[in-house]
Amino acid sequence: MAETLEKEITKKKSEALLSKRRKRFVLDPLNDDNPITIQVLGICSALAVTTQLKPTLVMAMSVTFVMIFSSLFTSLLRNLIPVRVRIIVQLAIIASFVILVNEVLHAYAYDVYKQLSVFVGLIITNCIVMGRLEAFAMGNKPYDSVLDAFGSAMGYSWIIIAVAFFRELLGSGKLFGFEIFSAIGWSSFPTNGLMVTPVGAFIILGLIIWVQRSKSGYVEQH
Amino acid sequence: MQRSNTYVILFSLVLTIILGGLLSLASVGLRPAQKKAEEFAKKRQILSAVLDIEQVPDIVSEYNSRISSYIVNANGEKVEQNSPSGEPLKAEDIDIEKEFKKDPGDRLYPVYRFHTEGNPEDIEAYILAMYGKGLWNDIWGYIALATDMNTVAGIVFDHKGETAGLGSRITERAVQERYKGKKIFDESGEIASVSMLKGENNKPTSIDDHNINGLSGATITAKGVNYMMIDYLNCYLPLIENLKKGEIVAVSMLNTKN
Repeated sequence: MAETLEKEITKKKSEALLSKRRKRFVLDPLNDDNPITIQVLGICSALAVTTQLKPTLVMAMSVTFVMIFSSLFTSLLRNLIPVRVRIIVQLAIIASFVILVNEVLHAYAYDVYKQLSVFVGLIITNCIVMGRLEAFAMGNKPYDSVLDAFGSAMGYSWIIIAVAFFRELLGSGKLFGFEIFSAIGWSSFPTNGLMVTPVGAFIILGLIIWVQRSKSGYVEQH
Repeated sequence: MQRSNTYVILFSLVLTIILGGLLSLASVGLRPAQKKAEEFAKKRQILSAVLDIEQVPDIVSEYNSRISSYIVNANGEKVEQNSPSGEPLKAEDIDIEKEFKKDPGDRLYPVYRFHTEGNPEDIEAYILAMYGKGLWNDIWGYIALATDMNTVAGIVFDHKGETAGLGSRITERAVQERYKGKKIFDESGEIASVSMLKGENNKPTSIDDHNINGLSGATITAKGVNYMMIDYLNCYLPLIENLKKGEIVAVSMLNTKN
């Protein structure tokens, strides 16, 4: 009798801040359910902004910010949002955060703002953001939604940063604008012009997907 | 749960007002910082036509100590005019994009003089603004002419939306360096400008004082740059002719009405 009572009490205890279930929200999109390499979403910006690490990092931060806050707000409002207009409501929330990010970049990171140009604005149409709102935040509690958004944003971020790393290294011989090859005394390093073009991003992305799938054994279902 | 139409309309209305309000607040609040960032970027760009900008520790103080500016009209005469707010109009205030949309004869043209370090009397180069169309959107830049008003002392380009990695390469130092030392006048004294050829690996024989390597994969952007340069060098031609004769002093119009 005493035992069952105790069990009930522990059951009612709130879930740990990072329980196993919640850890999966964050960890799954990093690899097994990566939005870019597995779900193949958000490819457009992954190709466009990844010529250099600095703008890529800013892009990754912007997407993370937009995802977390739009997920939080959508989740908070999920019981108030009328189902019939939910998509446009989600869009309005995402668009507001994106414009906010754009204005802040304009004021405090003008050169990156100009480099990223339309691609910050295009976060609005990034399928990852809306996909998570529709699939998760509309039906889950705020904290879970934030974790889920954070996970997907990190999944997106590490891929584009990895792509940018190789593109900047091989395409311009630099990392964060720092001449890496001349620094180690290899100033004649032949930079590869292909890496600077979107084609280079496709190739690197393809290689990442190849490595990832040969390790995980994931096969596209028909 | 199906909600009533009234609820849907009210919800949308309230959401729109709240989000719209927040965004306008953010926009108004950030405006001064954005303006400052834009001015800084402009000064940086003007300076980078003549200096390796990475080596300049303090751009604003370098700008203030080495650049002086005035405005000329299409006849190459100095113009002194008041801005709508009543202050004297500075060359830095001229929105070259707005001027570009006017008829060339009605435009105002900014002229920036680059002074020798430590000697504000001595002029090293004249920096002139340019504006035009690339492949997708607007392009602009600054060309610095040495005091012979013929040799290109430096150049800088920027763009709104050229293709990343292709047309956007006009902003790269390596591309801009190709213009250095080229001549804008041909032997007969006509404007010949400096043009980018098609492709990147042209025969050394086809590279001369007026032709440089272009951009592979971005021929239309390169053509836009070529056109912009000819266009604006011709617009500035009266000024260039005046400067060849000696520094101009003529004040053509003192507009105090505004």
